[in-house]
Parts: sequence; structure tokens; C-alpha cells
Amino acid sequence: MSERCRIILNGQPAEATPKVGERLSHTLRERLGARDVKVGCNAGDCGACTVLLDGAPVCACLVPTQQAAGRAVDTLAGLRDSPEGRALDARFQDHQAAQCGICTPGMMVSAIALLRAVPAPDESQVQDALGGVLCRCTGYRKIIDAVMGRPATLSGTGAVGDAVRRIDGAERVAGTTRFGDDIAPPGTLTLRLVRAPHSRAAFTLGDLDAWASATPGVVATLTARDVPGQNAFGVIPGFVDQPVFAESEARFRGEAVAAVICDADATVDLATFPVSFTPLPAVETPAEAMAEGAPLLHPHRPGNVMTGGFVQCGDPDAALARADVVAEGHFTSGFVEHAYIEPEAGFAQMVGDRIEIHACTQAPVMDRDSMALILGWDRSRVRIVPTAVGGGFGSKLDLSVQPYLALAALKTGQPVRLAYSRVESMQSTTKRHPSDLHVRIGATKDGKLCGMRFDGLFNTGAYSSWGPTVANRVPVHASGPYHLADYRAEAQGIHTHCPPSGAFRGFGVPQSAIAQEVLFDELAEKLALDPLEFRALNALRNGLPTICGQVFEQGVGIGACFDALRPAWASARASAEAFNATHDGVKRGVGIAAGWYGCGNTSLPNPSTIKVGITAEGTVVLHQGAMDIGQGANTVIAQIFAQALGLPLSQITLVGPDTDVTPDAGKTSASRQTFVTGAAAKRAGDALRAAILHRLNAPETAEIVIEAGQILVGEARLALADMPADTEGYVFRAEETYDPPTLPLDENGQGSPYAQFGYAAHLAVVEVDLALGSVTPIGFTAAHDVGQAINPLLVEGQVQGGIAQGLGMALMEEYLPGRTENLHDYLIPTVGDMPPVETLIVEEPDAHGPFGAKGLGEHVLIPTAPALLNAIYHATGARLRSVPVTPSRLHAALKALT
Amino acid sequence: MGYSMPTHLDDALSALARHGDARIVAGGTDFFPALGEGPAPQTLIDVTRIDGLRGIAQTAEGWRIGAATSWSDILRAPLPPCFDALRAAAREVGSVQIQNSGTVAGNLCNASPAADGVPPLLALEAEVEIAGPAQTRRLPLSKFLLGVRKTALQKGEIVTAVHVPTQPDGMVSAFRKLGSRRYLVISIVMVAANLWAREGRIAGARVTVGAASPVAQRLPALEAALVGRPVNDPGLTRPEHLAPLSPIADVRGSAEYRQEAVTELCDRAIRQALAHV
Repeated sequence: MSERCRIILNGQPAEATPKVGERLSHTLRERLGARDVKVGCNAGDCGACTVLLDGAPVCACLVPTQQAAGRAVDTLAGLRDSPEGRALDARFQDHQAAQCGICTPGMMVSAIALLRAVPAPDESQVQDALGGVLCRCTGYRKIIDAVMGRPATLSGTGAVGDAVRRIDGAERVAGTTRFGDDIAPPGTLTLRLVRAPHSRAAFTLGDLDAWASATPGVVATLTARDVPGQNAFGVIPGFVDQPVFAESEARFRGEAVAAVICDADATVDLATFPVSFTPLPAVETPAEAMAEGAPLLHPHRPGNVMTGGFVQCGDPDAALARADVVAEGHFTSGFVEHAYIEPEAGFAQMVGDRIEIHACTQAPVMDRDSMALILGWDRSRVRIVPTAVGGGFGSKLDLSVQPYLALAALKTGQPVRLAYSRVESMQSTTKRHPSDLHVRIGATKDGKLCGMRFDGLFNTGAYSSWGPTVANRVPVHASGPYHLADYRAEAQGIHTHCPPSGAFRGFGVPQSAIAQEVLFDELAEKLALDPLEFRALNALRNGLPTICGQVFEQGVGIGACFDALRPAWASARASAEAFNATHDGVKRGVGIAAGWYGCGNTSLPNPSTIKVGITAEGTVVLHQGAMDIGQGANTVIAQIFAQALGLPLSQITLVGPDTDVTPDAGKTSASRQTFVTGAAAKRAGDALRAAILHRLNAPETAEIVIEAGQILVGEARLALADMPADTEGYVFRAEETYDPPTLPLDENGQGSPYAQFGYAAHLAVVEVDLALGSVTPIGFTAAHDVGQAINPLLVEGQVQGGIAQGLGMALMEEYLPGRTENLHDYLIPTVGDMPPVETLIVEEPDAHGPFGAKGLGEHVLIPTAPALLNAIYHATGARLRSVPVTPSRLHAALKALT
Repeated sequence: MGYSMPTHLDDALSALARHGDARIVAGGTDFFPALGEGPAPQTLIDVTRIDGLRGIAQTAEGWRIGAATSWSDILRAPLPPCFDALRAAAREVGSVQIQNSGTVAGNLCNASPAADGVPPLLALEAEVEIAGPAQTRRLPLSKFLLGVRKTALQKGEIVTAVHVPTQPDGMVSAFRKLGSRRYLVISIVMVAANLWAREGRIAGARVTVGAASPVAQRLPALEAALVGRPVNDPGLTRPEHLAPLSPIADVRGSAEYRQEAVTELCDRAIRQALAHV
């Protein structure tokens, strides 16, 4: 029996009628309109829903609403209008302490509670206060800086190179940004999915209609039979193999077999849904999947081999035979979960004969095209309106909620919503590929590399997703940013009865970098060379061919990264030595590793188009189709465009990536948006500027001013209202496309896969508790060649966030289906786990990049894990070849040394 | 049916008697995660507003900690050094948010092998006060916890308090938790050590280990070995001291690792506590 419940919400009386045992977070969001309260886990593990209850921070998802009766509940919406709130709001923006913004309300509320009790907290007090709120984007350091009120490093007004606030930072910090689950109005039908509980299972459905009509609150059900077009989706042509609903056999734990459309406030127990599962023998590792007689995931893929990638140059076997020293090893890593704090969510409705899908995504146009195939419709009938994205990191490139939303809206004719639970998100969406790598690398006495062989198996799970990209990218990158004349690398993706592995920041390269960079350390040791100098000696340079035979005559910045790290390297090694001389139970170590990453698709077209216009009122509109998933594309693309056009950033108005009004800027992946969409934005800015100057017959160098509906260039004036407007209301417009120049790879992987690479080198300092095997990272120095930093604060944010993910991958993260399907068994770094990061921005301009800029999004975590492993070795003498290096595993490795 | 928030214990007990399927809820920090996305029980009895169920009081025989006392309440309470381990554990329960909501009795009733509050309370020889329809009874905590997610709480009963008896003069204590990250982490293992000394020698010791057996265990052999040792040289924990433990392997660590980590944590907790003698 539900009763009315009165609370004081943000200082005002509020009342609702929650169900018995309803979570306060649900009541606040769905009955009281407080959508600034975010739900990330419903288990107290992420803290996104933090509110103050009588002044004390609590997870609203753990408070029965009735328990709050008569008490004061404060959310960010109320707290931000307080002295602490206003000050913190400004500092969060100044430090860019919000990236995607999904954890920001929880962070802000927790921080305001702290600042009320302790106006000038020290760092450990900040960590204690924020330890209960997880952030997956920032690496926490900017948040700590903001809460402590450390000075911000803002500069300029928004020109290329200026460290300005994010242009969408205010709303993200205010908690008003609308994410996937923030769109649906209260009362919207709610979709829930029925998922397979086994790695592999045959299943039969009972009488769904009878169940639906007998079960209060159930409106309709959906199964594979409700898919009007093809019951398959995927991201790579030829590998479209994942069903929306499994048809008779589920191939991984968590695969959807049916959906239930429920009334908004219904309580439906999915345990009563009429389905019976029969577990079948499953293969869960590449070894099992490749064994003779193993069940095939897809009948047309013998041996469960999805596909492979291959690169060869020179004669690696002969080179290894003549090498003076050889290092080799077998390296493994497990599934890594993206663990963005926003589970997949969205809302869909029919508008006439079209479907309109509002959901969090990294790839709106790909979503549209995939949905058209699933629906069997022309794509003109599909509109994708992306919501803000509460973290993506690669997994939101794939469809998740979208097909179910569309099918449910189609079946019922009513708007529907769907938000994955944390467990569903972890079970059913893509993961980083587990890797199983055999690698040999040789060198000669003079310190030069001499041959490398790389054989990698990647567990690609039940469906292809971005597995082919991983298989192709890894051989192209597994050399690292070094000159190797003799090289052979082969990678294969192997299907298993596991969740699909897909895109995760680096597409397999973070895994291969572990093997290569750890073996480089071993080679340096065998040669008695300094690890940094050995790398610098072999670093790729302008004019030297890559392992694909591509020769860059400019823009190769890895040598400059090593140069930048050299002073920190020397001082950190000396400090560690001094520390170790006076400590027994704990030892410090310093490790280095490098990485490179080709920006954009591998030897495939990946154009971005940017449309811009000026209205009769003088508003300068940038149709910005590059999904900002927290990395800052909205700000970067706008800064580039404004600079090219020659107007201040503050004068640019953004229209987002709605497929009805904004051209395709491609997917947010492959570190391509700053580079590719940025180049399109620069061209669009140039074109618009040229059109204006041409109209006013002004020279190229003229300064353009737009004010009060007029364009002013020197003495010339143009009243915009007098000009004819097009159908979109623009009196000036430009639309420009950029596609990076690449060449196909031949059968030996030789060609020009990318127009540019970005380069990075990280230095990690760790402290190891020898008796317990626990590793505490105590500092990073990260050198990144970004060509030209469009906004240095954004660069730092990417670097710090990437390092946090690399740290997690190295030390704590492993997704095990059925065992770590939540955020208390699957651990990601907390605010207490991230040490300070010094970011050294290296700018080796690239001829293709806008103003010389290069991509960065994935480079930022590639060197982190191997740098940590090398630091652990330096501290302890233990060489780890598997991640994560949990205390238990390091302890075993340390014991094996003695 | 419904959500009731009684202010008198009798009302809570009679509601519990009326509704056989009723569930008790307090801080919600274990209740909701266990519920997941499933339907909530239709009868919930919220014990957080029952008179006398929240707060810490000194009594003639020691201290009474109300069942619905939060971990933050423990942290803020003026308690003597024998409670240092409990306070340190309170700081390690989840996060600030969890400490503000989660209750002492909830931690006990949830009966997780990794409950952070259990080792320090065992080391204080705490007793659990249980109110039932007919009588109020007390059980030593070690008798209250029966196994993984199993307690001696009977149908119709409510835990109302935890009693900590007066401790030997000069007792000091320390708590050590080992996890794979800094905050919000389920313990791999943890140790509470409570000791007291007379004339430079250890006069008594209670050492308790959590997450290395279905229910946290005292280590009597280690305690015996400690008694009589000089405060500045308490000796080392040896494998035979760990006989009551039966660590398992799980995602957090191997059984062997747990065993060896316990040894180390015992030594560290004992030394940390003795530093305050």
C-alpha cells in the first residue's frame, strides 16, 4: 500500500506517493522531476545519485523514500545556488573538472558537503569525501584541484591553443545536461529485457500473449519475430552477425531473448516470464574455441576464427637469428569493462511514419543506417537524436538500447523508454578483447632492434562487433613507434561464448603495447642500456619507414616525447634509488613505456562533414556532428572553426549531431574527431570566411566582425537581413568534407594505413608493499605529441583520464562473466587511487591536421599499463606478463623470485 | 502490507508478528543491492526511527550501541582507544555515503564474511541484544553469526543493540584492511587487534580476522602467544596461529594469498596498536 510522503526538497515542501520500498533516487527523478540526480548502479557503488539527507551525503539509490519523510533532501539543483555551490561551479568549469558530466552531480554534492564542514580541505580530506563517487573520464585530478581551489590555468579567449572553459561546461556542471535516461517524460512506457542466464543455452518461449494478458502492467512483449527487417546488426561490412534477439540459441550470458513493454509504474517480476533455457556446452577461451570438435559460434567461420590481420616486412626470422639478444614472452590480459557511469539508455517515439530515437551514442549516423536495416525501412524514416553521453570509450559505438526502443515504439504506437541496469550494461555490451600474445623481439649489441615476431589471439566473444578492427589494427601497431626493418605480426579474433568484444580506447593496441614495451625493457637490460635511451635510439623518425612501409617526412614526434621525459626520468630514478636505500618493506620503481596510434580508420574512407551558416540575425551556427562523449569535441571543433573563420569562440552557436539537421561527422572513435572533423571544420571556416570576404570584396587578411545583424569588414558593412535566406534560414553557408588520405594495405600489410599518427611516452612511479604485493602508483609524467594542442586543458583531461583507465587495466580490472558484473566486484580506480599526473605537451605539427593537430583520445592509455609493469619490475625484480596485477598475483610473483 | 516506520519497539515487533513475510530495513545499504532490479517486498518495517535504537550510551557494564547507529555516528562518538579498531573499520565501510546510511546492526545481520564491522566487535567481545515477541535475549556476537549470510536471528525478532562490555584498563586497538583499491572496496582480508599491557608486557590480546573464513574468527593461539611478550617485541604471527581460518580463492585473491596476507596484517595491526600502549 503506497502512502503519500512529504519531504523538503531543495528547501521546498514536496510530496510524492512512492511504492513500498521505492528508492529515493527513483522518486526524485520520476515523481519529483529531479533529473539532476543520476543513477549509475542502484547499488551504492558509484555515488552518482548522491544527495544530502539532512545535510549528510547519502546514495539516494539506497534510501527508501519513506525513510526520508519529513527530512531535508538536497540535490545539486538546490545546492548550486549557495555560496559553496556557486564557487565550486566556477572552479569545476575553470579546471574542466566535468568531462561527460554524469558523475558531476554526485561529485558536486559530495564536495559541497565537505566544503561546508571544512572550507579549506587538504587533498586527503577531499579524497575521503569523494571516495564514494566514481568517475571514469577525468582521472579525478582536475576534480581534486577544483574542490581544493587550486589555481586554474585558463588562458586566452578561445583561439586555437587557448586553454578555455568547455563551451558546454556550464550545463554539465549544473547537472542540467540531458543524458540517455533524462529525455522520457514521466509516464512513458518502460521496456525491460529478458536475458539468457548461461554462456550458451537453447531456449524456448512459452505462451507470451497469455502471460502478457495475465500479468498486470505488461503492455506487450517483443521477440525476434517482431523484427521486420533483418534480425542482425554489426559495425563492419561482412560482419553483421549479432541478432537483436537471439532466435533459438543464446550465445553469451546476458544476451537478449525477449523484451517486455510495461506501464510506466508497473512492478513486473521478470522471473515469471515464460521462457525455459537449456544450458549447452560452451567455449569461453580461444584455446577451447579452437580445439578440435569445439562448437562453432557461426557455422561459416571454421575453427571459430572470425578474421585476422597480418603485417610483414623484411625477414624477421633471419633478423632474430642474428640478433645478439632476444627477449620473448607469453602475455595475457582479460576482459576489460568500459564502466562509464551512465548505463545505456534512451527514449523513442513514432512521429508520423518515422521513428525518432533519443539515446546515448558515439555514432549517430551508423545507428541510423543499422536501424534502417533492422526495421527494413529506408533510412530517411529513421531519425537519431543523440542525447548527452555519460561516457563511451568505444562501447557506445555499437547499438544497444536503440533496436528495442524502436521495435517497442513501433509495436505499441506509443513512446517508450529503456535504461539498462548496471548488471545488464556489464553483461551485454562490448568489452576490451582479452589477449593471448606470443612475442619475440631481438636487438644487436649496438642497441638496435633486430627482428620482431608477434602472434596474437584475441577473444572476440560471441559476435564480431569491432573485432575485425582489433585484428587489423594490432599488427599495424604492435611494433610500437619504433623503426623495425624485419617484422611479422599476425592477430586473429576468435569467437567464444562470451560477451562481444568490441572497441575500447585503443582497439587492441593497449594489449599489444604491454607485450612489446615490457620486452623492450628486458632487451635494454640485457644490453645494459638505459630503458629510455634504448627506446630513443630506436624511435621512429621522419623519413624512416614504419613496419607498413609508410614513410612520414614530417610529424613523427616520438623522439620529442622521449626528449621531454628525459629530465623527469633521471630525477625519478634517482629519487627511487634514494628511497629504496632507506626502506625495506616498501620499494619504489620507475618505469617507462611509449605508444603510437594511427588517427582515423585503417586504410578506409572516414570522411567528416561540417556545415556552418550565418542567419539573417547574424548568428553564426556550427552544425557540430562529432559526438562529444566528454572528451570535448564540442569545444575543440568550435575553437578550430572560430579560428579559421576569424571570429571569437563566444560568437559560435552549436547545433548538435541530430541526423535530421547535421551532416555526418563520422563516429567518435579511432582518435579521429580533432583530426578529421577538425579538418572539416577548418575547411568550413575557411570557406565561410572566403565567401564573406568575397561578398565584401575584402582581402584575405581582413578582420571580420559580426554585430547587430551586420557583417563589418574594415569600412564595409553588410546588413544580413537584406540578404536572401535559404530554407534553413542561412544567408551565408558552407559545407565542407575532409577524408584523410590513406592507401590500402597489401597482402603483407604494406601501404599507408593512416594519414597521421600521434605519439606518447609515459613515466610511472610506483611504490610496492613487498609483503602484501600491493602497488601504489605515486606519480605519472606523460609526454604526448598532439601536433598542436587546440585546448591544452582538454589535452590534460584526456591524458589524466586515459592514465586512470590504463592504471585500472594494469592493476585491478578484470571482467569475468557471472562473477564481476557489478561495480563492487569489478573495480575501477577511485579518487584515492590516482596520483598526480604531469602532462608534457609536445607539439610536432602534422601537415594534415587542422592547425597541425593530431588525435589523442586513445594514445592516452596505451603506454600506461606497460609503464606500470616496468615500474613494478624496477621496484621488485618481478616481471609480470598478465594483467591485472592484483596484490594476490604480484605476491605470487614475488614469492616465485625467492 | 506497506512501509511502516514505528517509533516504538513494541509496534515494530507486533508488525513483524502480523506479517510473516515482512522484511526489516534500516540503512538500505545491503537491502537495495541485494534487491537489484527485482520487485521490493510488499511489507517493510523501517527500524531507524524506533526510540532508543540509534546512538551510543555508556552504561554501568560498558557501552550500548543502538542497532540503527550509523558508521558515521561511530566515527563521531567520543570513544576510548579500545574502540580505535572499530572506528578505523567505520572509516573503511564503503564510502562516506555508505557510512552515513549503513548501520552497525545491519552489518551484523547481513552476515557477510567480509563485513568490516565484525572483527573489531568480536575483539571487543560484543554481545547482540535481540528483541522478540516474548523476550529480549542477548547473544555473544560469536554465537550470533552462524555462517555466510546466516545468523541466529529468529523469525519475529529484531536486533536492538550491540553491547560492548567494559574493557580491560588500557586496552588499545588497531584495524587493518586490505583491498585492491583505496575506497569502496570489499576486503580481501582484514584484522582487528585489541591488546592491553601491564608493566611493559602484553597482558591480554584479542586478534580477529575477517574475510578468511565464513565468519570472522578470533585467533586464540596467537592471542596466547602474545600474552607475556614485551610490548616492544610482540613476536611474529606464525602459520599455526591461523588454524581457525579457512580462506577461499575468489576474484579478490587466492587462498594462499589470503593466508599470507593475514599473517602480515596481524603483525602490522598488533604493532600499530601496541604503539599506543
